[in-house]
Amino acid sequence: MPALLEANALRAYYGARPVLHGLSFSVPEGGIATLLGANGAGKTTTLRALCKMLRVEGEIRFAGQRIDHRSTEQIVRLGIAHVPDGRGTFVDLTVEENLKVGAITRRDREIAGDFERAYGYFPRLKERRRQQAGTLSGGEQQMLAIARALMLRPRLLLLDEPSFGLAPLLVEEIFRIMRQINQQEHVSILLVEQNASLALDLADDAYLLETGRLVLSGKAADIAKAESVRRSYLGY
Amino acid sequence: MANATITGAAPATRIAGSWRALAVVLVLAAATALPFGLSDYQTFQVTLVLAYAIALLGLNMLTGFSGQISLGHGAFYALGGYVAAILMDRYDWPYWTTLPVAGAACLVAGFLFGLPALRLEGLYLALATLALAVATPQLLKSKLLEDWTGGVQGISVLKPDPPDFLPVNPDQWLYLFTLGVTALMFLIGWNILRGRIGRALRAIREHPVAAEAMGVNTALYKSLVFGVSAMFTGIAGALGAIAIQFVAPDSFDVFLSIRLLVGLVVGGLGAISGAFWGGLFIQFVPNIADQISKAAPWAIYGIFLIGFMYAMPTGVAGGLRLMAGRLRRWRGPADQPGGDA
Amino acid sequence: MESLLHQVLSGLATGSIYASMALALVMIYQATHHLNFAQGEMAMASTYLAWSLIDAGLPYWAAFVLTIALSFAAGVALERIVLRPLTNAPVLSLVIVFIGLLVIFNSVAGWIFTYTIKTFPSPFPTQPLFGGLLSGHELGAMSVTLIMLLLLYLFFRYTRLGLAMRAAAQNPVSSRLAGVRVGWMLALGWGMAAAIGAVAGMMIAPVVFLDPNMMAGVLLYAFAGALVGGIDNPMGAVVGGFIVGVLENLAGAYLIGTELKLTLALVVIVGVLVVKPSGLLGRVLVSRV
Repeated sequence: MPALLEANALRAYYGARPVLHGLSFSVPEGGIATLLGANGAGKTTTLRALCKMLRVEGEIRFAGQRIDHRSTEQIVRLGIAHVPDGRGTFVDLTVEENLKVGAITRRDREIAGDFERAYGYFPRLKERRRQQAGTLSGGEQQMLAIARALMLRPRLLLLDEPSFGLAPLLVEEIFRIMRQINQQEHVSILLVEQNASLALDLADDAYLLETGRLVLSGKAADIAKAESVRRSYLGY
Repeated sequence: MANATITGAAPATRIAGSWRALAVVLVLAAATALPFGLSDYQTFQVTLVLAYAIALLGLNMLTGFSGQISLGHGAFYALGGYVAAILMDRYDWPYWTTLPVAGAACLVAGFLFGLPALRLEGLYLALATLALAVATPQLLKSKLLEDWTGGVQGISVLKPDPPDFLPVNPDQWLYLFTLGVTALMFLIGWNILRGRIGRALRAIREHPVAAEAMGVNTALYKSLVFGVSAMFTGIAGALGAIAIQFVAPDSFDVFLSIRLLVGLVVGGLGAISGAFWGGLFIQFVPNIADQISKAAPWAIYGIFLIGFMYAMPTGVAGGLRLMAGRLRRWRGPADQPGGDA
Repeated sequence: MESLLHQVLSGLATGSIYASMALALVMIYQATHHLNFAQGEMAMASTYLAWSLIDAGLPYWAAFVLTIALSFAAGVALERIVLRPLTNAPVLSLVIVFIGLLVIFNSVAGWIFTYTIKTFPSPFPTQPLFGGLLSGHELGAMSVTLIMLLLLYLFFRYTRLGLAMRAAAQNPVSSRLAGVRVGWMLALGWGMAAAIGAVAGMMIAPVVFLDPNMMAGVLLYAFAGALVGGIDNPMGAVVGGFIVGVLENLAGAYLIGTELKLTLALVVIVGVLVVKPSGLLGRVLVSRV
C-alpha cells in the first residue's frame, strides 16, 4: 500500500532540547501503523511533532505533500485528527457540543449525518448526549474523544494511548470499534500504545521507539511472531 | 574541579563571597560621601530614592520571592506616612521614634488584609489590592477620619534638626539618617530571605502544594509575608513623610501604588539590588517623561513601560545578570567559578 | 417604602452597568487568564469617541453603533498587536503592560479632551416613570444592557463561532487539534469585551458625567460584582453586578452617603473573600494534587 503519511529523519525539540533524533516511518494508506515503546520513549512526542505542537526538523509528507512547515490548525484542516493522551475532552461542554467542535471546520452539509454515524459506533454517547462531558467515565470520554476526531472526517487518525486507564473489556471494545472505523470509513490510523499485544494484533506495520530513536520496524505480524524480539523488547 | 574540598564550599565561592562583602562596603562608603557633592535639593531627591528602595524591598519580598502581586502597597506607604506625621505633629514624638510605630502598624494592617485577600490568586489578588489603593485617598479624606488625618489639607511636619556634634545641614542629616535606616532594613531583609523563612517562601512560590505537604502553613506564611512587606513599605512611607515634610490624601492615590509596582518590575525581581534601580526609576523617570511631553507625561510613561517589558522583562537587575552571564561564557569555561556548574 | 423600591430599582439600573463590565472582565479572564486592568479606561475612551461623534453632528444611535464597531475593532487590534508577542511572558510583565495601557488611555484622554467634566446625552426620555420609581434613562439603560446580555447569551450558546470561542477559552490545546484558530478567538474575545465596555460607558456617562477618571470606580464595582457572583462564572458575574449595584445604592442612601463608595467596594471584596471566596454561583474548586 502506498503511504498516506511519511516521516523522514524527523527531529523534534522542546525548546533547545532535542527529544526525537531522526525518525523515519510511514502509515500505509487505508492501513494501521503502531508506535510502541516504554514510558518516556517519545511516542506521544512523535504524535505531537506530526501536528507541529513543538519545533520540528526534517520531512513530514501527507498524501505526498510536505506539511512540516504548516501550523497545527492547517494540518488539522488537511484531514489529520489527533486524539491526545488524556482524551482532551472539553469538560464543560456537553457531549453533543464536543462533537460539534470536532466538526467546527467543516462547511459541508453532511455534518448531521455524521452525528448519527458517530452515535452508531458509540451508542453510549447517544444516551448521554446532553450530559456535561466532564461527568462521563474514563471509557466514555475515550469514546467521545475518538468520535470527536471522526467528526472531522479525517483521512488519518492519530491515537495516543487509547487504552490508558481503562478496564480490559472496554479496551477490547474500543479496539474492535477502531478496526471497524478503519475498514468502513477508510480512515488510516497511527496508533501509539503501551499495550503491545493488542496493538500488534490490530496494526499492519509496527515501530519500536526507545528514547527518541527507532530501534525496530517491520510488519506487525512478523514482530508479534518473533519470540526473541517480543521477549527482549516488548516483555512478553 | 580537581581540588574542590569535600567539606567546605569550593575555594572559588568563598572568594566570591568576600569580594561581594568588599563591594558592599565600598558602595556604603560612597553613599555616605554622596550628599557632600550634591545640592540640597539633589540630596533630598536621593533621600527619597532610598525611601522608595526600602518600600521596593518590601514589595520584592512579596512579589519576587513569594509570588503574590500587590497593587495596593501605596496604602501602606500612606499609613506609615500618616502615623509618622500624626505622632510628630499631634504628640510631639521625635522623628526617629515614629519609624518603629509606623512599621508595627503596617505589619498588623498588612497581616490582617492578607489573611482574607490571599485566598485569591494571581491577577485577582492584584485587583483586590488595587481596590485598597483606590479606596485609600477617599478614606483619608472622609469625615470619619478627618480628626486624625486633617482631611483634604493633610498634616505638615517640621524637618528634623541634625545633632549638634555633626557639621551637616538638615538635608544632609536626613539623608544620612535615611541611609542608616536603609542599610539596617536591607540587612534585616537579607537575613529573612536567606534563612528558613526565605526557603519557605521560595518553596511556596515554586510549588505550593508540595510546600503544604511538607508542613509549611502556606496561608499563615503568605499573610505573614504580606505583613512584613507592608511593614517595610510603612517605614519607607514614614521616611518619605519626614523628608517631604507633608502628607495629604491625594499624594497617596492609586498612581503611587502603580509607581511602586512599576519600580519593582523595572528594577528587577528576586534580586535585592533591584530595589535601588527601582527607586531611581520612580524618582527620576516621571521628571524625564514630563520633560518629553508636558501635555501627557503619563502617556510617555506608559509607552516606556510597555517597551521596557518587551525589551527587558527581567528588569534592570535581571538584565545586568544576563549580561554578566553572557560575558562569563564568552570569556570561556576556564574562568568560571567552581562548585555546581 | 416607595423610596426603598426606588433605591432598589435605581440600584438595578447601575447594577446592569456593573454586570456588563463584570462580564467583560470574566470573559477575558476565562479565555486568557489575564485580568484586563485597562478595561475601564478602554470603556472611557470609547465613550469619549461617542461624545466626539455626537459633537460632530452625528445622531445618537448612529454614534452608538459606530462607537461599538470601532471599539470592537480596537479591541481586536490591541490583542493581535500588543498582546500576542507577549503570550509567554511572565504574569507580572503582563500586569505592567495592562497598567501601561491604563495609564496611556487615561493620559491621552485627558490631553485631548481636558479634565473638565462634560455632559453626555441620553437617548431616553428624561421624565420619571412609574410614578417616580425609575427615571427614563435608568429604564432605558437597563433595557439596553439586558438586550445586550441576551444577545451575547444566544451568540455563545447557539452559534458555531460562539462555540468555537467557548472551546478555545476552555481548552486551547484541544481546540487547536480541532482546527480552531485559537489566536483569533482570543482577539475576538477582546473585541467583544471592548464593545461591551463601550456600551457600559455610554450608558453610565449621562449619570456620572464624562471625565477621564469616570470608570475607575465602575471597574472596581464590576470586580466586586464578579467576585460576589463567582469569579469563574459569566452568569455569576452578571448576577453579582446587579447585587452590587443595589447594595451600593442602598448603602449610599441609608448608611454611608456618597463619600465612601469606593471604600464600600473594598469592604465588599474583602467581605466576600472572608465569607465565601467562591461567590454565590461559583464552584468550589477542588484541585487534584
